[in-house]
Amino acid sequence: MAGEDQALRSDLGLYDYLPWPNRPKITWPGNKKLAVWIAPNIEFYEYDPPDNPTRKPWARPNPDVLQYSHRDYGNRAGWQRMMAAMDAAGFRGSVSLNVALCEHHPEIIKACADRGWEFFSHGIYNTRYVYNLDIEQERAIIRDAFETVRNHTGQELAGWLSPALSNNFWTMDILSEAGIQYTCDMFHDDQPMPVHVKTGKLISMPYSLEMNDVIVYNTQKVTPRHYAEIIKRQFDQLYKDADDSGMVMCIPLHPYLVGQPHRIESFAEAISYISGHEGVWQTTGREIAQAYHASGAYDAMKKAIAAHQAEWGTR
Amino acid sequence: MSMPDTYLHYSARRYGMDHERYEWSDLFQRKPIVWPNGARIALSVVTHVQHFPLDMPAKPFKAPGALMMPYPDFRYYTNRDYGNRLGVFRILKVLAEKGLHTSFALNAVVAERYPALLKAIVEGGHEIVAHGYDMGKVHHSGLTLEAESALIDQSLTLLRQKSGQAVTGWLSPGRAQSFNTPDLLAAHAVRYCFDWANDDLPYGMATDQGSLVSMPLAYETDDRVVADEYFHSEPEWVQQIKDRFDVLYRETETYGGRVMSLPLHSWVSGMPYRVAYLREVLDYILSHQGVWTAPSHEIVTAYQAQV
Repeated sequence: MAGEDQALRSDLGLYDYLPWPNRPKITWPGNKKLAVWIAPNIEFYEYDPPDNPTRKPWARPNPDVLQYSHRDYGNRAGWQRMMAAMDAAGFRGSVSLNVALCEHHPEIIKACADRGWEFFSHGIYNTRYVYNLDIEQERAIIRDAFETVRNHTGQELAGWLSPALSNNFWTMDILSEAGIQYTCDMFHDDQPMPVHVKTGKLISMPYSLEMNDVIVYNTQKVTPRHYAEIIKRQFDQLYKDADDSGMVMCIPLHPYLVGQPHRIESFAEAISYISGHEGVWQTTGREIAQAYHASGAYDAMKKAIAAHQAEWGTR
Repeated sequence: MSMPDTYLHYSARRYGMDHERYEWSDLFQRKPIVWPNGARIALSVVTHVQHFPLDMPAKPFKAPGALMMPYPDFRYYTNRDYGNRLGVFRILKVLAEKGLHTSFALNAVVAERYPALLKAIVEGGHEIVAHGYDMGKVHHSGLTLEAESALIDQSLTLLRQKSGQAVTGWLSPGRAQSFNTPDLLAAHAVRYCFDWANDDLPYGMATDQGSLVSMPLAYETDDRVVADEYFHSEPEWVQQIKDRFDVLYRETETYGGRVMSLPLHSWVSGMPYRVAYLREVLDYILSHQGVWTAPSHEIVTAYQAQV
């Protein structure tokens, strides 16, 4: 079994093709058009993490104090600016949490919890990957995450973003078996979609690479003002697209990036622009997942997928 | 491939940081800092003056700005050296125009190779900060304690002797440290260092030789990072510096003094087509009430008097 799971595949095999035209209509609560959720990655990168053969945590030998301290900026300074901007625009966060942060910085957890923010799991630390783990080891991480978040916040985890986006082929099965309702690790759609899992009704929640400040700033290297521009453009198009059926826009954040003094104002302005639109549902990952199931969209999508496959003879 | 179960053991999973160097502290919950004469912003201009040896090693990593072409790399060796011959003098001239006394972080070998440059900086009323020996000698955990101690000693001795200054500030080449660096710096009478990028104020760092102050140095608005890593234009750099200043300045109304750091490189901002943008940035910042520009050691002293 392990051998089969480790074999190279040409396709993830986790979701089915369903083209955009003629999909079942998604209806969001209050007849809102576009669900907008903001997912701050509140992370802890370790000073002296162990190596994983697939990925070294730091480019330089431990301690990589420049990169370590750059991330640490988010937990000393950046998170407060990010939170203030979100408060001003009326957004709650859905926190993509390295759960060890509950132990390291309970003050940050409390500030999020006091605002009714959701916590979902982003693994234990962002410097511990699931590469080369066996399935039981990965299950232990999932249990740890559930217990840690429950003990510190009273919340039951609903969502998951794998630590540093590391995954195994069995990951979705064991997340769903543990009670996770949505995964953020796949970027194939602007609407939630069913995921193939052995048990449960896991969905893929639209997260975003393109709107993610870590991609925008560290990979694409855009200016802060351009980031605000692309957030607004992405929003304008999705808002129009959602005339026909509910859609989802996610803005994933990292307080060490967006919370820098030279970046926060243009971001604050962009999310205020979004919240100024009447058809926006300012929500969280958990609430979107619940509405998706409660409105019958999950079942309708499953049916539509089956019908599409029958019509075209595909799988 | 499999991983031992120890990969799921987290020995430093506890309250606060996962090391002993400093405690967690929320920038927005601290006792407000007041700079001399009630200033709101301490402007810390730090110009890097660097020497990239032609034979600089690639292991264990190259400091940013390192030579990239096959040996012998005429291209980048000379481009970086341009900063020491012309670029730095353009920056000195702008600072003199504004009457500013600031900090210059020098690779120690510069003091030996270009004593006239060192003299010009000192006579301009600027502070000399030790920037390691040269850009080929990075600090990392593969160095023995003795080897790193000797490197620090050699760098500080050279700069102290040639400048006549106490030289109590440190910036590692590439802002890279070993596990031992802060201890060794404190042992060599260094009061503060610029390597860590996690704050907008100075804060205290623990060492086995007493305290060391970590001074802010804005990594992401550093002229070299913006130009050579992000590939943003000069006007875009100016915009980001202004935006950064505006937010820090606004925060001082509520939270007390902040440090606005301005890291410069002689071979970046000292280029003919760039130096006017440096002037624009300084003019903008200095047009505000309550901006105190000082060499970094004075900012550290003002901070230490209040904590």
